[in-house]
Formats: sequence, structure tokens, C-alpha cells
Amino acid sequence: MTALVEVRGLVKRFGLTTVLDGVDLDVGEHDVVCLIGASGSGKSTLLRCINGLEAINSGTVVVSGRKVIQDDIKLNRLRRDVGIVFQAYNLFPHMTVLDNVMLAPRKVLHLHAAEAEARARPLLERIGMTDKADEYPDRLSGGQQQRVAIVRALAMQPKLMLFDEITSALDPELVNEVLLMMRQLAEDGMTMIVATHEMGFARDVATKVCYLHQGKILEEGPPNMIFSSPQHERTAEFLKRTLEAGRL
Amino acid sequence: MRGARQHAGSLVRFLEHALARGIGNAMSTETTDLVVAPDSPHFGRDRGAVRALLLSAASVIIAVLGGAVAALRASDTNNTFLLVFVVGFPLGVFALWFGRRAETRIVDRDGPEIDEQLARTARRLAMVGISLGVLLAIGLGVWSAWTGLEDVQEIFFSLPDLGDSADLVFDGFLLNVKIFIAAEILVLIWGLAVAVVRDLPGRAAAPLRWLAVAYVDIFRGLPAIITIYLVVFGLPLSRLPIVPGPDASFLGFDQVEMLGIFALVLVYGAYVAEVYRSGIESVHWSQRAAAQGLGLSRGQSMRYVVVPQAVRRVIPPLMNDFIGLQKDTALLNIAGVFEGFAASSNYANNNFNLSSVTGLGICFIVITIPMTRLTDYLVKRDRQRTQAGIA
Repeated sequence: MTALVEVRGLVKRFGLTTVLDGVDLDVGEHDVVCLIGASGSGKSTLLRCINGLEAINSGTVVVSGRKVIQDDIKLNRLRRDVGIVFQAYNLFPHMTVLDNVMLAPRKVLHLHAAEAEARARPLLERIGMTDKADEYPDRLSGGQQQRVAIVRALAMQPKLMLFDEITSALDPELVNEVLLMMRQLAEDGMTMIVATHEMGFARDVATKVCYLHQGKILEEGPPNMIFSSPQHERTAEFLKRTLEAGRL
Repeated sequence: MRGARQHAGSLVRFLEHALARGIGNAMSTETTDLVVAPDSPHFGRDRGAVRALLLSAASVIIAVLGGAVAALRASDTNNTFLLVFVVGFPLGVFALWFGRRAETRIVDRDGPEIDEQLARTARRLAMVGISLGVLLAIGLGVWSAWTGLEDVQEIFFSLPDLGDSADLVFDGFLLNVKIFIAAEILVLIWGLAVAVVRDLPGRAAAPLRWLAVAYVDIFRGLPAIITIYLVVFGLPLSRLPIVPGPDASFLGFDQVEMLGIFALVLVYGAYVAEVYRSGIESVHWSQRAAAQGLGLSRGQSMRYVVVPQAVRRVIPPLMNDFIGLQKDTALLNIAGVFEGFAASSNYANNNFNLSSVTGLGICFIVITIPMTRLTDYLVKRDRQRTQAGIA
């Protein structure tokens, strides 16, 4: 099986701080890879390097056979295949929900409005938001906004989805509706890389869990191995603390 | 209702005390147990409230008296006017301050309810005193000047002159309107273009960025009247082939008008570019990240995501520059454009009466106000549609 994403020796610095310090990662098709680790361990930066939102200092990132380099045209091409969803939703506040979802298919894939709408409507229906299609994002709940953001990325029919702590900004009672949607996506066979603090989700859904510490992947493996018998004491320590915080 | 009655009640009680013991006693610390005994811990607070109340009453009285005197002795308007402001206004401010301080102390020390109400009443009265004082001073001042000085009416608002000059002035003003509509449209486009160029990424675009910066620096710093003078008189002399000839005409504008519009666009384009730029930079970078994450190019992200949000945010300051532009169309008279001001000042010079210019001034004010209200309304409507909790 060829890897959809191949990261080799990835180094990323912001000024003098090294955020990613030699990361290797393989993600096959239909894999769900969960990145766990403390805040500042480099999870978000790794995701942003994979779709080229951050320039890398050394190493290589290859996504579906294409090397990620800082070249506008190549990056635009790459990002058609790689959807990303952020912690802060980042919906476009001046557009309706429907327009948010239709924008990229229309402007990037050059679909006609009708085609783009035919693509967007069923997606909105799937998340039960048909009646909110003409609403503006700021008038929706956080959970609804985040689900729209996911659907907006899905409308491009990406091969790979990146999720950057997308439940971290949500009220606890809204977290579940978003997690549920991600579970469904995983079941449908979407390849996903998920930076998350939701250990329950990682344990149930992930095909592989990577523990990041100070810019390195310290430990990786199937979830039952990582969660029940972590090899590295730092991993064990992190999981213990997370458990104590009631996040498992 | 209940609140008002309580205020009235406490005020009445205070006045009863004050009348029973005399106002002088009410102000003095040592000799009175006005509302509460001097040895009571509440005493100091009442004093603040009392002082506020008296001062606010005084400020109202002075304002009213001042206005009345101004009205009666119109020839002496200036001095009375001054008196009203110098005495009445600061007194009101002091009253407000005392009332506020008294109230704060009461709230801090959890005093009895009557004190708090008294202070609040005093503060409201002080506010009434200030606003009434200012209103009366200005209102009566203007009114007395109006009735007292027939010369003023004659010079600025002579009805026969207003009537005689109306056609002339109005025709001229129509040209102002045409010019600023054309200039506004061009400024909107040109300013945005400059702002976008200033934000172009990459080293390759650096010369363009510098050009944009230089343009803004120069034309924001240059007085509009100098730009207009140089452009309208200078360009035709330059014999540059792109300059329209003396017989040129486009959309009903002749050569001088076209050059005038060009000069206004140069001046206001620089202001508006900066306004746009502040708007563009106020859109959070995560919006661009989201747009580019969806595969939109930099240009598309700008066009569909950043600029639409930026423009919405800068509409109020844009409005400011537009009003400025509207007014500055009158500057074109120095370049020989026979617009409203040229027409009206021409009339004024020939007839030794300024009413034609006053009339033109009114025209400018009249078109500005509905435009401001309209944009306020549009901005409000947009907010109601897109944001939660305002509907």
C-alpha cells in the first residue's frame, strides 16, 4: 500500500524555537491518524506543514505523490486534495452557510452555481442544517459552525482531511455532535489526520496514534497499544495526566 | 414610575429640611444636622449630595438668566454669551462631579437609601442643568442675534437675493454633484487598487509596493488646492499626448472638468487607499488561512474573503472621505470650473450680498445628511443580518 502522506525528517522553526524536530510520518489511504500531545508539542504546526500553510525548514512532505513546496500554483493544486478544519471554525462571516460551502467548488473547481449547490445541499442535509443554509455563520452555535466548516472542506471532495483540535473551542455539550460527524467520516473511509485532546475518540476511531513531545513523534502505534501499554514513560505520564483531567 | 416618585420624595424631604434650617446652614458642615446629625457617619455623604444639588440648580438658573439677558440685550450678545459659558457650564460640570462622588461614596459605604436617591437626583439635575444651559445659551444667543441684528439677516439670508441667485447657484451645484459622483466612483476603484498593491506579497512585487507607498505619501501630504492647481493648469501645458485637448469632452465633462476630477481622484485616492488598507489588515489572518486551505489562490482569497469583509468594516471612515470629497469639489473653482461656489461667489461679488453663498452651503449640507443616514442604515442592516444577538 502506498502512503498518501509521507513525511520525512521534517524540521520547522519559528525564529529560534524549533517546533518540529525531525518528524517522520506515514499515512495510508483510509487511515485515521490521531496526533496527541500537550499544547505546543507541534501537532498543529505538523498539520499546517502538510498542506503547505507553513513553509518547512528541512525534510520533505509528500502528499499523494506530490512534494509540498512553497510554490503558489502547486500549493493551490495540493490544497484541493487536502481539506483542513481549524479550531476556530474560520467560516467566512459575510457569506451565508450555503455560500461558504459553495465558494471553493465554484472558484477553485469552476463549477457552475447550480452544480456547486447540488454538491453543497446534500452535505448540509447530512448534518441536518438544510434550514440553516441561508443563515449567516455568526448566528449559529459553535457546534453548528464547526460542522459547517467540516462540510465546507468536504465539498471539495478531498482525499485527505486535516483536523486541528476542532473541538477544543466548543462548549462541552456541543463536542459530541462534532465528534460523531468525524466518526461517520472515518467509517466512510476518509483518510484523516486529527490533532486532538479527545482521547476517547482517538482510542475508538484511530488506526494509529502518534504521541508528540517537543517537536518529535516520541511514540506511535495502534490505539490499544498506546493507551494500554505505552512504551515511553513520557507517554504514560501524559496519558495519566489526561486521565486525571477526566478527558479519557 | 416608582423610581421617579422616590426621587421626588427624597427631593421634597431634602427641601423641607433645607427650608426649615436655611440654605446657608444646609451648606455648612459645623452648624447643621441637616439630613442626619453631624456626628452621624452619613453626614459627609449628604454634604456632597447637597452641594451637587445646589450647584446644579445654580447652573440652571445662570443658564436661564444668561439666555434671558442675551435675548433682552441683543447688542450685548457676545458678553452674555461668554458669561453663560464661563459660569454656567463649569458649574454644571462641578455639580455633576459632586453628585457622582457623593453617590460613589454612598455605594461604597452601603449608606441608607435616601442618600443615594438624593445624590442621584442631584446628578440628574446637574445633567439637565448642563444640557439645558448649553441649549438655552446657544438657542437664545442665535435667536437674539437673529432678531436683534437685521444686518445679519440681510447679509446672509436675504430672501430676494436667495431667490435671484437660486437658478445660478443650483446649476453650479449640479456640476458639483456630477463631479463628485464621477470622482467618487473612480476613487473607490483607484483607492482599492492602490491598497491591494500595497499588500502584494513577495520580493518581486516590491517596486510596485514602493510606488504605492510613494503615491500615498505624496498626495496625502500635498494640499488639495495645490494638486488641483498643478494638475489642471500644468497638464495641458505639458503637451503630454494623453492629456485631453481643449475641445475634449467625455460624459458631458469638458477638459478642465476632466482634469479637475483627475486631481480630486489623485488626492482622495491616497486617503481612501489608506482606509481600505486598514480594513484589509483588520481581517484576521486565519480567514486567509481558511480560504487558502480550501484551495483558493492568494488573489481569490483577497477577492472573495478578505476584501468584502474589509470594505464592510471601513464604510464609516470611507463616508468621511466622501463627504470631504463632496466639499472639496468647490476647490475646483480656482481652476476655472464654473461650479456652485464660483457661481455663488460671483453673484455675491456683484450684488454685495452673501446670501447666494449661504444658499450653496445649505445645498452641500442637505445632500450630505441623507447620504450619511443611508449608509448608517445599510451598515446596521448588514450587521443585523450577519450577526447574532442584534436582531
